[in-house]
Amino acid sequence: MDTLILSRMQFAANISFHILFPTITIALGWALLFFRVRFNMTGQEKWMEAYRFWVKVFALSFAMGVVSGITMSFQFGTNWPGFMETVGNIAGPLLAYEIMTAFFLEAVFLGIMLFGASRVPAWLHTTATFLVAFGTMMSAFWIIVLNSWMHTPQGFEMIDGVAHATDWSEIIFNPSMPYRFGHMVLASFLTCSFLIAGVSAFRWLIGGKTQGVRVALKTAIYAAALLIPVQILVGDMHGLNTKEYQPAKVAAMEGHWETGGNVPLLLFAIPDDEARTNHYEIGIPNLASFILTHEWDGEIKGLNDFVSEEGEILHPRVAPVFWSFRVMVGTGMAMLVISWAASAMMLRRKRGVEGLPKPMLYALVGMSFSGWLATLAGWYTTEIGRQPWLVQGVMTTKQAVADVPAPMVLSTFIAYMVVYLLLLSAYIYVIFYLARKMSRGEDIGTPVAPTPRQQPNAMPAE
Amino acid sequence: MYYFGDPAVWLPFVFAALMGLSILIYVILDGFDLGVGLLFPFADDEEKDRMIASIGPFWDANETWLVLAVGLLLVAFPSAHGAILTALYLPVAIMLIGLILRGVAFEFRAKAPAPQKELWNNLFFAGSLMTALAQGFMLGMYVMGLDWTWAHAGFGLLTAVFLAVGYSFIGATWVIHKTDEFLQRKAVDWAKGGIWGLVLGIGAISLATPFVSDRIFDKWFSFPAALYLAPLPLMSGGLVVWLWVMLQKMPYAQDRMSWKPFVAATALWVMAFGGMAYSFYPYVVPEKLTIYEAASAPESLFIILIGTCFVLPTIMGYTVLSYYIFKGKARELRYD
Repeated sequence: MDTLILSRMQFAANISFHILFPTITIALGWALLFFRVRFNMTGQEKWMEAYRFWVKVFALSFAMGVVSGITMSFQFGTNWPGFMETVGNIAGPLLAYEIMTAFFLEAVFLGIMLFGASRVPAWLHTTATFLVAFGTMMSAFWIIVLNSWMHTPQGFEMIDGVAHATDWSEIIFNPSMPYRFGHMVLASFLTCSFLIAGVSAFRWLIGGKTQGVRVALKTAIYAAALLIPVQILVGDMHGLNTKEYQPAKVAAMEGHWETGGNVPLLLFAIPDDEARTNHYEIGIPNLASFILTHEWDGEIKGLNDFVSEEGEILHPRVAPVFWSFRVMVGTGMAMLVISWAASAMMLRRKRGVEGLPKPMLYALVGMSFSGWLATLAGWYTTEIGRQPWLVQGVMTTKQAVADVPAPMVLSTFIAYMVVYLLLLSAYIYVIFYLARKMSRGEDIGTPVAPTPRQQPNAMPAE
Repeated sequence: MYYFGDPAVWLPFVFAALMGLSILIYVILDGFDLGVGLLFPFADDEEKDRMIASIGPFWDANETWLVLAVGLLLVAFPSAHGAILTALYLPVAIMLIGLILRGVAFEFRAKAPAPQKELWNNLFFAGSLMTALAQGFMLGMYVMGLDWTWAHAGFGLLTAVFLAVGYSFIGATWVIHKTDEFLQRKAVDWAKGGIWGLVLGIGAISLATPFVSDRIFDKWFSFPAALYLAPLPLMSGGLVVWLWVMLQKMPYAQDRMSWKPFVAATALWVMAFGGMAYSFYPYVVPEKLTIYEAASAPESLFIILIGTCFVLPTIMGYTVLSYYIFKGKARELRYD
C-alpha cells in the first residue's frame, strides 16, 4: 500500500471516530437544555433526573469529541499539506471562525454547565447549558460550510494555483451547504433520540422504572418519530442537489453505468469497477428516474460519462458508495418503522411507556447506536463519492498528500486504530454501566472528586 | 488606501504575534494541567481526586488554546504548517495519542467501575507524560532547525525531559494554590523537586539557540542589543532565586500568597518565551521560511482579523469568568 491510500485510511479512521461524538453532542446539548428548561418550568424532579444522567453521557462524549478533533487539525499539516497550501485562503478563515466562535464557547461554558450548578444562579446555569448547545451547533455550521464548499466550491479565483476568495457570502452559502447542514443536524437529533430511547429502554427492561426514565424514553421516541420523515425529505432534497452539482456521485450511488432514461432503483447489485458493470441486479423499474427527475423515464447521467478520453477515471469507486448509500437508507427506514410503531403503541389508549411490549423495548435497545451507523454510512457516501477530487474540480486528493514514508503512516495508523477501538469499547461499556448502576438505585451523582477530608496528620499551618 | 501601511507586512506580523500569544497561553494553562497529570504517581487516591478537581472545570478550554495556536499556524502560515508538521510527524502523532488518552481518562476515571479507576489513572498519567515529552522533543527539534540528525534528536530528548519536569513544576505551583493542608505541603515539595527542570530547560535552550545560527548569536551578543537584553536573563535568575526562597518557607500562615509561586512560574515562562520569540523572529520555520513568505493572502488574513478583534476579547472575558466562578480551593466536583 502506498502513502496516499494509507493516509486516506488514517484520515478516514480519525474522522469516522471523531464524527461519532459530535453527532451525539450537537443534539444532546439541546436535549439537556430541554430537560433543564422543563424543570425550571414545572419544578418536577423527573426532568432533573433525566438531566443528571444524560449530562454525564454528554461530558464523556464531549471529551471524546474534543480530543479526536484536535487530532484532525494536526493531520491537515502532517498528512495533507497540499490542502491548505492550495485552498488555505478559504479553508483557513472558516476554520478560524469555528475555533473562535464555537470551540472556546463550548469548552469554557462546559465547565460551568457540568460543575457550576451549585456555584452560580439557576439562570446562569441554564444560560451555560444553552451556550454549550449553541456552541456545538456553531461548530457544526462552520465545518459543514467548509465541507460543503469542498463539494460545491464557488466564490473564489485561482491565481498561480492558489485559491483566493472573491465573495465570502458565496463561499459560505455555497449550493450544497443548506442541505448538508440540515441533513447533518437532523442526523444528530435522530442519533441522539435513538441513543436516549435505547439506553432508557435498557434501564426500563432491567427494572429501573423511574419517572426520569419514563420521560426520557417518551421524549426520545416522539422526537424520533417526528424527525425521521423530515430527515427523509431533506435527504431527498440533498440528493437532488448532488445530482445537479456532482452527477458522478449520484451515478455511483445508483450503480448506474450508461447514461439513459427509465433507470431502475437497484435494491441489490454487486458493482464491478473493473468490468464496469453490475452483477446480480435486483431493482424496481423506473423508480430511480422518478426519484431523481420526478419523471418515470427521466434521463440520468451514467458513470461512463466520467471517463476522460485518455481513459482516466474521474468518478469514485462504485461499490463503496453504492453500498454505504444503501446502508444509510436502510437504517433510516428501520428508524422510521421502529419510531412510528413505538409511538403508535404509546398513543394507543394513552398507555404511554407501559404500552411498549418487551420485543419493542429490545428493538429499541438494539437501535441505540443506529444513528451512528446511518451517519457514518451517509458520510462515506458523500465523501467517497467526491473522489478522486478533494475539492470538486479544483484539486484531487492525490495532489494534497504529504510525502511521508508509507511505513511511518502505517505505524501511526495502527496506533490510532488500537486507541480508537479500545476507547470506543470503553465508551459503550461505560454508558451501559452507568445505566445499570442507576437502575440498581445507586447514586451516580457520585462526585468526580470527594469532599476533602481533614487530614488527621495535618499540622496547623503557621 | 492602506491605513497602517502595506497589509502584506503588518498582517503577518499581527498573526505571528497572535499565534505566539496562543502558544504562550497554552503552555501556561495546559502546562499546569499536564503537570498535574505528571504528578499523579506521587499522590494517593484521594489526593488524585482533589488534583483532578483543581483542573476539572478548566482543562478543556486550556487545550483549546493549542487548537487555536495550530489553527492560526494553519490559516495564517499554511506552508509553514505543512513544513513543520511533516518534519515532526512522529512526535506529533505521539502527542496526539497522549492528548486523546489524557482527555478521555479524565472522564472515564470518574465514570468507569471502581476496579478500573486505577487503569484510567495510569492512562491519565501516561497520556500527560507522552504529551509533555513529545512537546519538549518538538521544542528541541524546532530550536535545532527541524533537521533530523542524531545530535539534534539527542538535544530534543533532553528538552523533552526538561519540559516534562517544567510542566510538573508549574503543575505543582497550581496545586499549591488550589489545595490546602497535607496535599499543599506535598505540592511544595514537588515544586522544590521540579524547579531544576525549568532552570535547566530554559538554560539549555538559551545556551543552545545562539550557537545554532550566527544570525541569532548576533541578535543577542552584538552591542548595544546585549545591553538592552541583559535584564531578561538577570530577571529570570532573580525570579528563580525568589521562587526557591519562597518555597522553603511555604505554606505561609492563613494560606497567604499561595498564588505567588504560580504567578512567578508564569512570569518565568513568559520571559523564556519572549526570548525565544526574539531569537527566531522573523522566521516561522527556523532559518528557512519567514512569516512574510509563509503568510496567507492579505484579504483572507484580514477577514480573520476582523473576527479576532471581536472574539478574542470575548473569549478572554468568559475565560476569566470561569476562573472566577471556580476560584478558591478546589472543592469536590459534582454534576449538580
